[in-house]
Amino acid sequence: MGFDFSPIILSLKVAGAAVLVVVCFAIPIATLMAKHQFPGKNILESILTLPLVLPPSVVGFILLYIFGKNGPLGKFLLHTFDTQIVFTLTGATIASAVVAFPLMYQSVKAAIESIDVKLENAARTLGAGELRVFFTITIPLAWNGVIAGFVLAFARSLGEFGATLMIAGNIPGRTQTMPLAIYIASESGQTREAWILVSIMVLFSFLVIYGLNYWGKGSKNRSGGGAI
Amino acid sequence: MTVKVQLRKDLPSFKLEVDFVIENDILVLVGPSGAGKTTVLQCISGLQRPTWGEILINDKSVFSSSARVDIPVRSRRIGYVFQDYALFPHMTIEKNVLYGKPEKNNSSHKALTVTEILEILKIPHLRKRYPSQISGGEKQRVALARALMTEPELLLLDEPLSALDPDTRALLQQELLRVQSQWKIPFILVTHDANEAEVLGSQIIRIDHGVQEVVKRPRTPLTSGHEVG
Repeated sequence: MGFDFSPIILSLKVAGAAVLVVVCFAIPIATLMAKHQFPGKNILESILTLPLVLPPSVVGFILLYIFGKNGPLGKFLLHTFDTQIVFTLTGATIASAVVAFPLMYQSVKAAIESIDVKLENAARTLGAGELRVFFTITIPLAWNGVIAGFVLAFARSLGEFGATLMIAGNIPGRTQTMPLAIYIASESGQTREAWILVSIMVLFSFLVIYGLNYWGKGSKNRSGGGAI
Repeated sequence: MTVKVQLRKDLPSFKLEVDFVIENDILVLVGPSGAGKTTVLQCISGLQRPTWGEILINDKSVFSSSARVDIPVRSRRIGYVFQDYALFPHMTIEKNVLYGKPEKNNSSHKALTVTEILEILKIPHLRKRYPSQISGGEKQRVALARALMTEPELLLLDEPLSALDPDTRALLQQELLRVQSQWKIPFILVTHDANEAEVLGSQIIRIDHGVQEVVKRPRTPLTSGHEVG
């Protein structure tokens, strides 16, 4: 029997889409949280970081409740758009995005908080509006944090197992991502298939960590030299 | 060019009150650390909001608590040279200087090119370098060039020379006097060094715990400001 590549492709699709979703939410939210004080900020902060510490099965269970046929959002989507999230790739993407969100959020927020406010104020006195300050000063200076968050979120999405299993199930060729395929291959004695997927995951994870370390050292040297 | 500043700012430990008028010369604010000198600059620039007061540049109000005017920082046309310069570390000197260049040429001013301004400040050779690759004195010149590039009507300088060695400091004091007489706009400069205040200031105001005391009056007496209420 030939090797089935579909889990790899599905995993890349899910992780890619999840990271895009995470970027769209995490960067603006991290900026707001880093720059503004408001009542209840600590509570919101804790909620945003919660998926990092919760067991993925808990996240999966809650998502299953929200998006299930009788759940508040699931019912609405089914009746209004005739769409279902449970047992689909969209479900897997949502699960990965929720679990990966805190990694990107924390990384970007820490990077933005470390920027000297004076630099942003200098830009304002030079005539820049808030959007120009954000895109020409804040984001470029927080760039290392954005990249680190991006890579960690992608890696976390790729490795998502528990929440994905609960909301998207394990349908070969449709929602069976790499971690699920490894579990099934291992359970059913397909050791060769399991080893191939395990090797890919280990190699990829190693490259991510190595790349991040290399990037971190390189950017330190570069900032010493002055360039981005 | 006339700038009138009359403001009160309630700070956690004291009330800061200042009232002065400045024409095309250098006003120096002296006083110990924590006296409120930087707060005055930040209120004028719009980075902080005064509790009460009025700031007029050539009879145009940029802040007035009674008339509810509060022009945003970016539209005030006030140059600001920060303590330790605040140069953008990820941009070359040229990009730093060009950051605040107005997009449209203002008819009342001759638009300067980046080459001209770098030559006036004697730093054309630094154009392609990054802030981390130049000395403190050079950073100071770049910060000055960047602020002047915006064609400001008033320039604020927060301890501009405090991080420099004595020789560079003396040199740059002369440069500041030269640039000010060339630009003919009011400068408000903060320092804690009384000698520097004497060298640079046409008028000197001492601020201690939020209270101002006029140390040196300008040669041609100006109409005095109103009492701060």
